[in-house]
Amino acid sequence: MRKAVNDINRCVACGVCAGECPREAISIYKGCYAVIDTAKCVGCGICQRACPAGSVKVEEV
Amino acid sequence: MASRKRKHWYDYLWIWTIIYFALGFFNILFAWLGMIDFILPLIFAIAGGNKWFCNHMCGRGQLFMVLGRSLKCSRRKQAPSWISSKWFRYGFLTFFMTMFGTMIFQTYLVFSGAGSLRKVIKLFWTFKVPWKWAYNGSILPDWVAQFGFGFYSLMLTSTLIGLIVMAIYKERTWCSFCPMGTMTQGICKIKARRG
Ligand code: SF4
Ligand code: SF4
Ligand code: SF4
Repeated sequence: MRKAVNDINRCVACGVCAGECPREAISIYKGCYAVIDTAKCVGCGICQRACPAGSVKVEEV
Repeated sequence: MASRKRKHWYDYLWIWTIIYFALGFFNILFAWLGMIDFILPLIFAIAGGNKWFCNHMCGRGQLFMVLGRSLKCSRRKQAPSWISSKWFRYGFLTFFMTMFGTMIFQTYLVFSGAGSLRKVIKLFWTFKVPWKWAYNGSILPDWVAQFGFGFYSLMLTSTLIGLIVMAIYKERTWCSFCPMGTMTQGICKIKARRG
């Protein structure tokens, strides 16, 4: 299954991905980085295309 | 696409960003209002340990989204990774704070009488643009206006950089190295580690 995976060392916690995700699967953990709820994520890749830091990517998991 | 979600009042704060620059164009004292965008994110980070400002309220970030996405002014290409690397982000934050300090010092010079009010906007910390029309004196001391010119310069410069990277790369590329964003994330990380 393809799911969004975030590199928390790259993530700038801007929240662009969270705002764009159609499934509302992303939240910003304590202002530090984006966390993806894999149960909600459908792997559409919208977050990946929007992320300015190239931090979140859809991968086979 | 954004229309699928319920809109909140704070989704329209990009209009505030435009109003801010328009007001400062006519009267530089309005530049002071930009302090809201400096203090609010810090309050959220220090008191709340979150980036709620960046995530929901930042008019600048929203403006890049409106221009870049809705008005298609962005190539929407991934920026090179060094732009969002830690050394560049913290380096840019350091540079920005140094420039902020210089601006405060210039305000102090006018306050102390050692310098006089200069009605110019400095773009990219280099190019001086005459901005005479924006201030014709007021009951306030000159240093208040000097801070306005300095602060407006900073706001305009950072927005212009943001617009350039928006056009070349993704809409909100500015957010990946924005000094406010770096600072608030840094505060949040320290807070999260302390528990
Ligand atoms: S891949 Fe799609 S569903 Fe999954 S987190 Fe990203 S935007 Fe949301
Ligand atoms: S858009 Fe990218 S950098 Fe911003 S919070 Fe999401 S994963 Fe992190
Ligand atoms: S990173 Fe900067 S420009 Fe982006 S949302 Fe945060 S404060 Fe606004």
